[in-house]
Amino acid sequence: MLRKSIYIMIFVLLLAAMLLSACSPKASTSGEGFTFGILMVGPYNDHGWSQAHYEAGLYVEEKLGAKMIYIDKVNTADRPGTTPDQLADELVAQGAKLVIFNSDDMKDASTEFAKANPDIKVIMASGDQVWKDGRDYEVMDNMVNLMGKMTYGKMIAGCTAALTSKTGKIGYLGPLINDETRRLAASAFLGAKYCWTEYLGKDAADLSFKVTWIGFWFNIPGVTSDPTQVADDFIASGYDVIISGIDTTEGLAEAKKAAASGQAVWAIPYDFIGSCEEGKEVCLGVPYFNWGPAYVETISSAIDGTWKSNFQWNEPYWANINDLDKTAVGFVKGDALSSGAGEQVDKFIKELADGLNLWVGPLGLQDGTVYLAGGVVATDQQIWYLPQLLEGMEGQSVSQ
Amino acid sequence: MMKKRWLNLGFQLSALVLALGFTTLILLATKTDPWQAYKYIIIGSISSLRKFTDVLVSFVPLLLVSSGLLVTFSAGLWNIGVEGQITLGAIATTWVLRLLQDSSLAPGLIIALAMLAGMLGGALWASLAGALKTYGGVNEIFGGLGLNFVATALTLWLIFGPWKRPGIGSMSGTEPFPNTLWLPMISGFRLSLWGLGLGVFFIILIYFLMKGTYFGLRIKAVGKNLKAAYLLGVPTTRYLMLAFILGGALAGLTGAIQVTAVYHRLIPSISSGYGFLGLLVAMLVNFQAIWVAPIALFFAALNIGSIQLPIVLKLDSTLSGVLQGVLVLFVLLMDGVRQMITRRSGGAS
Repeated sequence: MLRKSIYIMIFVLLLAAMLLSACSPKASTSGEGFTFGILMVGPYNDHGWSQAHYEAGLYVEEKLGAKMIYIDKVNTADRPGTTPDQLADELVAQGAKLVIFNSDDMKDASTEFAKANPDIKVIMASGDQVWKDGRDYEVMDNMVNLMGKMTYGKMIAGCTAALTSKTGKIGYLGPLINDETRRLAASAFLGAKYCWTEYLGKDAADLSFKVTWIGFWFNIPGVTSDPTQVADDFIASGYDVIISGIDTTEGLAEAKKAAASGQAVWAIPYDFIGSCEEGKEVCLGVPYFNWGPAYVETISSAIDGTWKSNFQWNEPYWANINDLDKTAVGFVKGDALSSGAGEQVDKFIKELADGLNLWVGPLGLQDGTVYLAGGVVATDQQIWYLPQLLEGMEGQSVSQ
Repeated sequence: MMKKRWLNLGFQLSALVLALGFTTLILLATKTDPWQAYKYIIIGSISSLRKFTDVLVSFVPLLLVSSGLLVTFSAGLWNIGVEGQITLGAIATTWVLRLLQDSSLAPGLIIALAMLAGMLGGALWASLAGALKTYGGVNEIFGGLGLNFVATALTLWLIFGPWKRPGIGSMSGTEPFPNTLWLPMISGFRLSLWGLGLGVFFIILIYFLMKGTYFGLRIKAVGKNLKAAYLLGVPTTRYLMLAFILGGALAGLTGAIQVTAVYHRLIPSISSGYGFLGLLVAMLVNFQAIWVAPIALFFAALNIGSIQLPIVLKLDSTLSGVLQGVLVLFVLLMDGVRQMITRRSGGAS
């Protein structure tokens, strides 16, 4: 039943995409005969990170007429004895001229692969190797780094959580700890704090925001902490909104169970536009990645020969963050969001679109040191490489 | 004698046919064209030099661990703890590499020391299972299983704790070692000839050890009948321990290869399941060292070839695991049938 409705939704989305493309004035590059490969860290239908990439691949097929081939579950627990660069070779053997790596876990392998295969184009999504101002900058002409500014999506998620929470306790179900995940957890916290104090007029000290990390992007039984258990622990200790930072939807599933037994609990999943489907009655909304437009642009450039190595950290399309032909990240509101809170969320999105920046000092780090002095605006580097969680957040930081 | 050999071969061939038939049925049940599936497995394993070297990359650890298991099997031991022994080998190797990576020692020497440490780590872990068996009366299957869990827990603790990457808390593994501390690879390929050489060296060593030495004979005597061997003056406890240590050292070397030649760091699933797969190989070859290399190569080819399945046929690669497991089951089954028939005909004559 669930799967059916998801298929229907995907179908509708595809149909919408087709209609839009039919109306689109810009004649696009023809990718007939061009094959691109995607390596996905989880299952292609995980309702999360990997599926967002898979859908984007379908979007590229639709827009450019290129052909996608893929391998999913690219991790050493699911594919013992293999390495991502080896699996990328398998895609090349099947004709891929461009390979998309898209998990932080594959960053080292993508570098190795790009260097060993100068004729194959490489997209390392979420990576920073070819960012000139980045810490790991290396010249690799055949690599492009893509990332959406999910910091905004997470701020909206945090705001939504704060507007809904009755207990003032927000639980953040974190994956592994690195620059990216600290940055996103902190964004959710900043959004929550802003809406809690500015919109609800409450005291920041009454808001508790706790991050519990499971150790990987998704549950690996016996290796990571069990996200189901973590979500249950949150609920049992009074956290009534669970924001997910992991690739899969356990947070939503557990909130749904708790709600079914009469508790007032909500959840905000992550990554994939359709992930609310698994628990509509508790879903407040989902911040999602929309990789399609960036993939189309980059893959077009590989086809028509205008390819240039670059790093992109793409903004939402502020005129309409849910315009799937333009935006890099978006936020769809869920059925469980009250209309009053919904209006305030819209107001918050409007404020962000108009230039509201929450990454402004004074902001402290978790260990009490100054992150940004009063009035100082964080640079992209400071946000990307956030060294610790922010002051006011509970949870492990693993500082450099 | 000649007739018996042909009969044995016939039974083994029929096991292979049955295993293929069974796997084909599974494929048909999932509405997949079996010929396509088999075709892509073959293409995926031997269609290019690069693919074949990838098969060899998978072959080396499997060969090493199977060689070690041949010894424990011959001694009548079910060394289920082999996975943990691989893991401890990997941990010991990582430990020495971490310890010496900033020292002024030559990289080659560091790698050699680290691999020796790996062998030692595996041997020590195996001797724990051995001690539990010989002195504590704990069956090696249960002891081994327990020690496997401990080894996994230890790996996870190291990766998320003391050995975590700076600024990162992730189960994906420790900081990769610099290229200088990798086992040298053939340029443009993932294969290390050093690794391959070690694998070949050890299977030959084990072959002669088991076939042509007093030591091998005694190990086999212990395996055939512990009590009889003891009564005939074989120090059985010592030989059981030696079998564990030898098997463990080779498992540890497998772990060392995984760290120095494949992953270049410690990861949670560093054993890659080669221990369990090695058990299948050892069961299949039925104590005959001469068959270890070809069977291990076949299994490695299945592993690598099956990666094509999800790309081309949207079929899970675990099909190779199904084929491997089913093959072992049918070989064991046909062996039982053979024994039943020969016993019956023997009784009649």
